[in-house]
Amino acid sequence: MSVVIAVSFALIGLGAIAVLVRLLIGPTLADRVVATDLLLTLLMGAAAVESARSGEQVYLVVMVVIAVVAFLGTASVARYMETKGP
Amino acid sequence: MTLTDALSAIFLLSGASLSLIAGIGVLRLPDVFARMHAATKPATLGLVLLAIGAGFAVGSVAEWLTFSLVVALQFLTAPAGAHLVGRAAARAGIARDHLVVDDLPRPRRSPEPP
Repeated sequence: MSVVIAVSFALIGLGAIAVLVRLLIGPTLADRVVATDLLLTLLMGAAAVESARSGEQVYLVVMVVIAVVAFLGTASVARYMETKGP
Repeated sequence: MTLTDALSAIFLLSGASLSLIAGIGVLRLPDVFARMHAATKPATLGLVLLAIGAGFAVGSVAEWLTFSLVVALQFLTAPAGAHLVGRAAARAGIARDHLVVDDLPRPRRSPEPP
């Protein structure tokens, strides 16, 4: 089971590295917003895996908070883009 | 290894693989709308599978209920957020060269605030 947890963390981490590269090179603000949203989604997945590893229930609250904050951030920056351009 | 452990391993590995696929898609796809597709659909399915896997691993009722809340939140907010970003990007005129069909009028350079 620990091997499964380690492989899952490695896969999610590789995906997060790819998203970070897009966050750095993304030519417009929209690309960076999409990358940040996906990065938070991957962080929620990593919290789920960590909860499966340790059995702690703290990470569930963390996942709910990240879900709400990610949507609020995406909506805010999208509104900013509508008024101020990319 | 019991049955719940095996189920948990299968779901966790599938969800982590979909997370990796979403990351690669965001890195490799050509424009912002295609990247948005990769950032919402595989990532949401990956999160659902990871939550199911963690639910099998822990197996308490509170865990399943909270994961249901997280998945419901993700199902509600991921399309809404992608729609907001996509509309803003289309109105700002980003990356409209790759589109096959473009039904929107050409961008206004300085849209009036709503």
